[in-house]
Amino acid sequence: MAFTAPKESYAGKVYSVTIGTGDKAATIGGENVLSFHSFEGETPNRPLVAFEIQDVPPTDWPENVRKVFDGVSDDPVKWAKYCQDELKAKAIALRLVGTHPDRENRSAEDAAKTVREVLAAISVPLIILGSNHAEKDSSVLIAAAEAAKDKNCIIGKAQEANYKTIAAAAMANNHKLIAMSELDINLSKQLNILITQMGFDKERIITDPMCSALGYGLEYTYSVMERIRLAALTQNDQTMQQPLLADVGMYVWKVKESQAPESDLPQWGAAEERGILWEAETATALLIAGAELLIMRHPRAAAAVESVIEELV
Amino acid sequence: MALSGVEIFKLLPKTNCKKCGQPTCLAFAMKLAQRQATLDLCPDVSEEAKQKLGEASAPPVRPITLGSGDKAVKMGEETVLFRHDKKFVNPCVFALEVKDTLSEADIAAFCNQVVDSEMDRVGQKLRVNAIMISNESGDAAKLEAAAKTVAAKAAGVPVIINTTNAQAAETAVKLFADKKPLLFGANASNLEAMAAVAKSNKASLGISAASLEELSELTEKAKGFGVEDLVLDSGARKAKDMIEHNTLVRRAAIKKNFKPLGFPVISFAQRGDSLLEALVASVCIAKYSSIVVLSSIEKWKNLALFTLRQNIYTDPQVPMQVEQKIYNIGDPKADAPLFVTTNFSLTYFIVSGEIENSKVSCRLAVMDSEGLSVLTAWAAGKFTATKIAAFIQESGIDKEMATKELIIPGYVAILSGSIEEKLPGWKITVGPREANAIPAFLKSRA
Ligand code: SF4
Repeated sequence: MAFTAPKESYAGKVYSVTIGTGDKAATIGGENVLSFHSFEGETPNRPLVAFEIQDVPPTDWPENVRKVFDGVSDDPVKWAKYCQDELKAKAIALRLVGTHPDRENRSAEDAAKTVREVLAAISVPLIILGSNHAEKDSSVLIAAAEAAKDKNCIIGKAQEANYKTIAAAAMANNHKLIAMSELDINLSKQLNILITQMGFDKERIITDPMCSALGYGLEYTYSVMERIRLAALTQNDQTMQQPLLADVGMYVWKVKESQAPESDLPQWGAAEERGILWEAETATALLIAGAELLIMRHPRAAAAVESVIEELV
Repeated sequence: MALSGVEIFKLLPKTNCKKCGQPTCLAFAMKLAQRQATLDLCPDVSEEAKQKLGEASAPPVRPITLGSGDKAVKMGEETVLFRHDKKFVNPCVFALEVKDTLSEADIAAFCNQVVDSEMDRVGQKLRVNAIMISNESGDAAKLEAAAKTVAAKAAGVPVIINTTNAQAAETAVKLFADKKPLLFGANASNLEAMAAVAKSNKASLGISAASLEELSELTEKAKGFGVEDLVLDSGARKAKDMIEHNTLVRRAAIKKNFKPLGFPVISFAQRGDSLLEALVASVCIAKYSSIVVLSSIEKWKNLALFTLRQNIYTDPQVPMQVEQKIYNIGDPKADAPLFVTTNFSLTYFIVSGEIENSKVSCRLAVMDSEGLSVLTAWAAGKFTATKIAAFIQESGIDKEMATKELIIPGYVAILSGSIEEKLPGWKITVGPREANAIPAFLKSRA
C-alpha cells in the first residue's frame, strides 16, 4: 500500500485585515487552511502579538507581571513607548479599564485624551479596548474612536448589548472592530450578521469568541475557535471568516496558577516561571486552534510565543 | 480501507439465522460498518471472512500499551481529528529523556523527579509517565548501566530504550523484558535486527524514517518481521513539520484507514530553553502526538503541561452544566459557610476550586440556572431572589447549620435585600465578585 499524503483544500478563506498606518502597519489572516498548515495552502501572515497596557496603573495585576512595568506603568504614554521601543512590540492594546464605574470611573473625555497621547507617542498599530462595562463602553469607545480617527485602529469590544453604537463609531472613524460573544459559535455568527446588517464591512471585523485560561475552560475557547475556523474554510461561511482574537493576558493573570507563591504550594514549583508559562501556553494552544491576534501581558511570555511562532511558520 | 456495509455483507453467510441478534445478515453488516457491532457475534462466519473483516474493523490507530502494572499507559485508539467531534481517547505520554552519558547520581536524580512528578488536579492523578534512556554514548555497556539505574531507581515506570544499535538494545531491553518497554531507534538500515530484539523481548518498536513514504514502507516490513506494536517517528523535529506530519498521519489513519500509519506517534520537544520546550510540547499535545519527549520536568512546567493535556483530552460532549445540589467541599461542620452560585460548569469549577484553595470547609449550593454564569443568569431571570430563596428553603440545609447565613456572589449584591425578605431568619452576606477573592474573603471572616 503506497502512501499518498491526504492533503485538504478548502473552499473558504480567512479575510486579511490590516491595522495601523505607515510602514508599521500589520496584516493578519489571509490563510485558506488551518493554522500553520502551510503544507497544503497559503498562510501569508504571521499571527500578531499585541502588548496590553492600561489607562490607569495596573494595581490589579499580580506582582510577577506588574513589577516588569514598574517605572513606566504609572503613565500610559511611557508604558506604550516602553513596549514599542524596548520590548519591540509590533502592536499595543490599550485597555481603558479606568473608565469602569467601579474603578476610577474616568470620563469618556479623559479616555479620548489618553488615546490621543498614546497614538502621538507610538508608530505601531493600536487596539483600543473598553472596560467591558457594556453601557459605559458605548460612550467611552465613541470618544476614543473619534480621537483615533483615520489611524486604522481596532476598537472593541462590541457585544450584543452595545454593538450598534460601537460599530457606528468604528465605521465613522475608519477603524476595525472586535465583535465579542460568549463561547458559542452561533452567537458569534449572529453578532457578525447583526453588525454587517448595519452596513459595517464584514472584512473589517475581528471575532473574539471569548478567551479562557489554561485549566479554566481553555478547551471551550479552543473548540469554539476550531469550529469557527472549520466553518470558514469548509463551508465557505462568510459570516465566520474573520480573523480570531485571543485576549489572553487578562484571563490568565487572574487564575490561581499564575500567581500563588511557591511557599503556599511547593508542589506547583517556581511562581514566576509558572505564571509566564501559563500565559504563553494558553496563547500557544489558541494559536493552534486558530487565533491570529493575541493580547498578552508578560514580555517573557510574549517572547516565548514569538519563538514558537518562528518554529511554526 | 474501511469496508462498506454492502462489501461486508458479501462476506457473511447470508442465512439470516438471527443468531447475531440482528434480523438479517445485511442489518448486521450495516452495524459492523458503523462499528456498532463486532464480528464475534456471528458464530457462522468463515475463516476467510474473519481475516478480511478483522483487518478492516481494527481500530484505525492501533492500541499500544507502554509499561506494565499500575503505571502502564495506553496509547493510540484515536478516532477523530478534532476534539469537538468526539473525545480524544488516550492522553499523550510525557517521557523524560535521560542520557547514558550522565553520571549514575544524575540519572538517579532524574528518576526521582519522575517518581515525584505525580500530582492531583480536579480529581485526576497526573504524572510524567515514562523515561527514555538514550544511548548518547554509543557504548552498549553505558546504556546497560543507565538502564540498570533506571530499573532500580524508577521501578515500575514505563521505559523507552533509545538506540540504533541492535546489540546495545538487546542487553538494555532485556532488563525490562516482561514490562512492555518501547525500543526506539529502528530505521531502514537496522530494521530486521531491531525487530528481532523487540519480538524476543515483547517490546514495542519505534521506527524512524526521513519521510512518511519511507515510514509506511518500514512499518509494513516490521509487520513482516513479526512486530505489530509500532510507534512512528517521521523525522519531524521542527514544530511546523510536526504539525504537518502528525496531521497527515492522523488523517491517513482515520479518514483513509491507511494501516501502515495506523500507529501512535512519538515527538521530540527537547529544546535548550525550557519555556520554549513547554510550548513545543503544547503543540504536540494539541496536534496528535502520543509520546512527547522532554529534556527537563520542572514542577511549574509539569503543572502547565498536565493541565493542557487534561483540557485537550476532556470529553466535549459532557454538558457545560453540573447537577443542582448542595456540594460539600472539605468536611463542613455546622458552622461551615454556605455559598450559592449557578450551575455553569466553569462557574462551579472555579468557585469550588477557590474554596478548596482556601482550605476552609464549606458548602456550595449550586442552583440550576440552565448552565449560565452568574451575571448572564441574573440578567436572564434565572438567578433571582425568588428562585434562590426557594432553592435554599427546599434544600432543607438549614437543619444542618448552626447559623442561617447565605453568601451570595458579589455580582448580585443587589439581590441581598429581597432574598432576606423571602428567607425569614436568614442572614444574607455579599461575597466577592470574582472567585479568586474567595480565599481572602474566607480568611477575613476567620
Ligand atoms: S448470525 Fe451471522 S449468519 Fe446469522 S444472521 Fe447474523 S450475520 Fe447472518
